[in-house]
Amino acid sequence: METWVAILLTVTTAATPLLIAALGELVVERSGVLNLGVEGMMVMGAVTGFAGAQIFGDPWAGVALAIVTGALFSLLFGFLALTLATNQVATGLALTLLGIGISGMIGEKFIGIPGLRMEPIFVPGLSDMPVVGRLLFGQDPLFYISIALTVAVVWFLFRTRAGLTLRAIGDSHGSAHALGIKVIRIRYLAVMFGGACAGLAGAHLSLVYTPQWVENMTAGRGWIALALVVFASWRPFRVLIGAYLFGAITIMQLHIQAMTLSEMTFLPGAIYALAAWVKSVPAQFLSALPYLATVVVLVLISRNRRLTMMNTPAALGRPFVPDR
Amino acid sequence: MIRLELTRRPQHSALFSLVSPLLALALTLLAGVILFTWLGKPPAAALYSYFIEPLTEMWSLHELAIKAAPLIIIAVGLCVCYLSNNWNIGAEGQFLMGAIAGSALPVLAPQFANGATLPLMILCGMIGGAAWAAIPALLKTRFNANEILTSLMLVYVAQLFLDWLVRGPWRNPQGFSFPGTITFNEFALLPELMPASGRANLGFVFALVVAVLVWFLLTRTLKGFEVRVLGQSPRAGRFAGFSPAKMTVFAFLVSGALAGLAGISEVAGAVQHLNEKLSIGYGFTAIIVAFLGRLNPLGAVVAGLLLALTYLGGEAAQISLGISDKIARAFQGALLFFVLACDTLIIYKIRLSFGGRRATGSV
Repeated sequence: METWVAILLTVTTAATPLLIAALGELVVERSGVLNLGVEGMMVMGAVTGFAGAQIFGDPWAGVALAIVTGALFSLLFGFLALTLATNQVATGLALTLLGIGISGMIGEKFIGIPGLRMEPIFVPGLSDMPVVGRLLFGQDPLFYISIALTVAVVWFLFRTRAGLTLRAIGDSHGSAHALGIKVIRIRYLAVMFGGACAGLAGAHLSLVYTPQWVENMTAGRGWIALALVVFASWRPFRVLIGAYLFGAITIMQLHIQAMTLSEMTFLPGAIYALAAWVKSVPAQFLSALPYLATVVVLVLISRNRRLTMMNTPAALGRPFVPDR
Repeated sequence: MIRLELTRRPQHSALFSLVSPLLALALTLLAGVILFTWLGKPPAAALYSYFIEPLTEMWSLHELAIKAAPLIIIAVGLCVCYLSNNWNIGAEGQFLMGAIAGSALPVLAPQFANGATLPLMILCGMIGGAAWAAIPALLKTRFNANEILTSLMLVYVAQLFLDWLVRGPWRNPQGFSFPGTITFNEFALLPELMPASGRANLGFVFALVVAVLVWFLLTRTLKGFEVRVLGQSPRAGRFAGFSPAKMTVFAFLVSGALAGLAGISEVAGAVQHLNEKLSIGYGFTAIIVAFLGRLNPLGAVVAGLLLALTYLGGEAAQISLGISDKIARAFQGALLFFVLACDTLIIYKIRLSFGGRRATGSV
């Protein structure tokens, strides 16, 4: 049982950054903007999160710095894609390339330095419950934030007037503009929220998941977060499910790589046989699983063209230049 | 409050089409000056060692050609993709798969060493790259899956596959514990152009030939017209009887084959054996090259040389001034940003407006 709890705990750790980044991008895309710069904003969050924790000696300072950096960095994208009406796909890519470049530069002096880890918070009383206690009430603080964020995004998008406005812009910026809604201003806010979330997700990587700085340490998680938004048909609760699914895939392959066969004897017969077979597969193939899973999931979810069209924000990726 | 207002030009500005890349370059240099000053390095000396010094010596001009060749070859293929509105951003993976497929012959059958070796390797390399690019293309046309995400995911898969090959079945048994294949036999290597002065090889010639061929395809043939029409308006293209799905497959196959060509040229040229560190991000930098070259294959030649210079300059500045070569990546990213921003001037007039709301009530 202990082993299962330990494994499930690591699943939540792998899922949390994906969830946070994907929630941010979901709000951005719901406003009709496609920001492909998630990977770049996330890696900037990872390096500034690490740097902030080192400089101020407190992981929370790192988290704050990462959030602010993510939001400010996303403004670069906002200025080009929203004010200058550039191609959003190309601009998002530029943001990713720039983020990887700048983070490599900033992070050079942090390579090899042991990082500060964000300690888990144990809710008194509740965390002593068997199994679920540790899983639900003994996690790192960003886990609680990610769950609260999911609820908050659902509430905002579907229960508030501002959320309705944001979705309206995402479906038809022309109509929204005609109604007097400030399309560009709201899109700026959405993009900054996405940037802040991506920054926070990056900080999770360098302060909780693997407390250190490694160049390019996001390793495609920003892109997986983008895929999660499609997978979730732009619905926050489905993002949560998707993030945990991917977290599970990532962690299972890591555990199978790390464990010896004798350590796996606690598994039931059939699963043990499967794990033993998987162990004979080269490590690189297992590491490729999350990426392959992303491809498979995208195919499965997009196969139904009509359903995809119905769910996609209608104005997604289209630049808006107000008429004068 | 100061605002930027965009007004659509009646037609694209020919002036800014030419000026915009230069303006972007100037802005990148300016950003460089600010950055170097902030780092406490003399900006003039830093820019000199970045952008001039590599051009002053013959051997380093050769290195420039070596670095530029893969960038140009990949970017030329990406021009076809991006002009037709197909977002292939997985060229890095296609580059690696081309390198792997092309290397199979000299690694697995080193005794097959004759005049046919190199042409066969190049053919295999192009097929390997095209096959890897066909996956996102078919997933898009058959299953409507977003090609941006699928092509990118396959980059990671290709990297891991290469890593497995050179550490596992293809590892040189005499290579001590270093990952990597055996060094290729002489028939499997691209000939050097001017061995007396440096190690530039036939790859650069491939780059020039490919650029001219694709330029001809895009500007002088019906297929090129089809690329542009479907890129600008798929609806208009369908009325003309063009098929967007076939175009997607075509664009991905062309760019994949070219990325594969770049990959095998890199292995058979500068590196001479397959290892896990084969690419220094050529597939991603080529995206910048394609945009800086205005999605024109001939423009990509100039842009490719320039971006190759940032790689060399990064190394030079690290040696002479102790500036991290990581700056090169930041420079490249910044350059793409400025290019995209300046391109707005081609389609729109930009006006600064001062003061509050105008009488027309615009945002």
